Amino acid sequence: MAARQRVAEHLNAALGAALAADDRLYLLGQDITDPYGGAFKITRGLSTRFPRQVVATPISEAGLVGIANGLALAGNRAIVEMMFADFVTLAFDQIVNFAAKSVSMYGQRLPMPVVVRCPTGGRRGYGPTHSQSLQKHFLGVPDLDVYEISPFHDCADLFTGVLGRGVPALVFEDKVLYTGLRRPPGTADDLFRYDLVGPWPGTAVVRIAGIDPPDCVLITPGGVAERALVAMRELLISREITCELYVPARLDRTALEPILPAAARAGQVVIVEDGTAGGTWAADLAHQLHTALWGQLRGPVRVVSAADGVVPAAAHLEEEVLVQAGTISATVQRGHR
Amino acid sequence: MNPDDLRMMLLIRHFELALLDLFARGEVHGTTHTCLGQEAVPVALSPLLDPDDFVFSNHRGHGHYLARFDDPAGLLAEILGRDGAVSGGVGGSQHLRRGRHLSTGVQGESLPVAAGTALHLARSEPGRLACVYVGDGTWGEGAVYEALNMAALWRLPLLVAVEHNGIAQSTPTGAAMAGTIAGRAAAFGVEHLHVDATGPGVSVPRDALTGPVERVRRGAGPLVVEFATRRAGPHSKGDDPRPADELDRLRAEDWYARLDGPEFDRLDAEQRARVAAVVRDVTARPPATGRAAAEVEQWQPVSV
Repeated sequence: MAARQRVAEHLNAALGAALAADDRLYLLGQDITDPYGGAFKITRGLSTRFPRQVVATPISEAGLVGIANGLALAGNRAIVEMMFADFVTLAFDQIVNFAAKSVSMYGQRLPMPVVVRCPTGGRRGYGPTHSQSLQKHFLGVPDLDVYEISPFHDCADLFTGVLGRGVPALVFEDKVLYTGLRRPPGTADDLFRYDLVGPWPGTAVVRIAGIDPPDCVLITPGGVAERALVAMRELLISREITCELYVPARLDRTALEPILPAAARAGQVVIVEDGTAGGTWAADLAHQLHTALWGQLRGPVRVVSAADGVVPAAAHLEEEVLVQAGTISATVQRGHR
Repeated sequence: MNPDDLRMMLLIRHFELALLDLFARGEVHGTTHTCLGQEAVPVALSPLLDPDDFVFSNHRGHGHYLARFDDPAGLLAEILGRDGAVSGGVGGSQHLRRGRHLSTGVQGESLPVAAGTALHLARSEPGRLACVYVGDGTWGEGAVYEALNMAALWRLPLLVAVEHNGIAQSTPTGAAMAGTIAGRAAAFGVEHLHVDATGPGVSVPRDALTGPVERVRRGAGPLVVEFATRRAGPHSKGDDPRPADELDRLRAEDWYARLDGPEFDRLDAEQRARVAAVVRDVTARPPATGRAAAEVEQWQPVSV
């Protein structure tokens, strides 16, 4: 049952559970009410079950995040759906200047439990303004958490934890994940197992038991994990190169401790992300690994990012820009000694 | 004028004058925006506000805070970064919070937030409202219209208090605003009220507001109150590019210049002395700790 749940259904159930558990939780967004149920159908059925808590708004991203901020100030909690992550740029001021700063700028801790869900990434042919990965623009803001869902993490646990922290947060959700299957506990696929390790919300470690050290440690956010799995399988079967994959759910302040032991022993470390290079999660993590493991690494940590261009609409052009399983596989092969 | 109202007008006036004086002496770090000439707006409005109403103030917000809390020491400590500061010295002049009173330094940002609090109040605490102070220049921000639209759609108890002083920093309203505030409110079907707050008295504007504000509380939907007012001082410190004859006219028309008599002189001296004592007290205090003053931190709404 739950084992065959699609990620979209899992998210829907997680939101439903959160709304049922707290009648001061609001869900806001554009076109999220029934019968439409949201552009990606993540909120389908929720406005029928929770008519008071689910609020459909006009096309006003800054305005609706502002409404969420006001609800939070008055003692409520709010989850906001951006129809596409690209549109979160319109709410940058409300998120960065109001929600995040209000936590501390008045000289006392002010809880601002506001979660902005962002359907992110390409590979759906939506073109340059509906396919970006904007995670990096929100990293390093005091009192603003950045998360990304994965096929391994439990989104109900994620939303409960994020709302409970009282700090505003962005949750990025790769659009392609929605239609994919959520992985049952422990089983990544017929070849690989996974465990959740480290501090909440946990880092998924995907591997074949008994192989230590791996030839390669791969580190990716949830949206790239599926492509990394495809690359790991191909590398193992065709090249006999073993990989261990680390998928943290938290992108700002990614926990290093689950990653360090394997990264220190592995033949190489490769970090893969979906957005363009330059001031990114992967670059920052690579720097932290270099600092923590200087003298122990076998070679420089390498970073794979999207090409330096907009995300084209045509499938063949989009494929050239975005990271593919083949990109990951080729990078690992080049670094294999 | 009612002596309490005049006291508050004079407290704000002498507070702002003392601040400019401290600035001139190099004792203020950073910047500040005084509300000289605009004192009547918060003094007229504040008695109509419930302690548990939300109030959103802005960069020119000293008068809003003083008229609601009569706390010149906490405010001055905040501006000077001294012990007992409202926001622990973190926020400074533009970022004050005391319970449900908040100010922020980004134009237009507060309107959607105020609408969000109004949504909460309409559903969970009917009878209360969210009041947001903006200037005429704030109407250049798109967030204003997103908020007005939702507030009107959902009939939220939102009171938009516009301090129309005819100038945004250095830009005259005529160079920045097409049409009128009344026309913009009308476009959303939002009630608009024009109130003259340029005179010395506050009872006329307050009486004009009493009924309409009560209707907002009872669920009639948002209200835009456009206060005609004058900015008699500079935008922040010494940056006033307006021609000398215009400044002379503003000063001559300023409410403070138009009042006299023994009762005025008595209250004027009283508030001048009060502010001087506050300045002596606060400037002698140790630096702010980064934590809000205890009485601010312990605030609780009357009933939630």
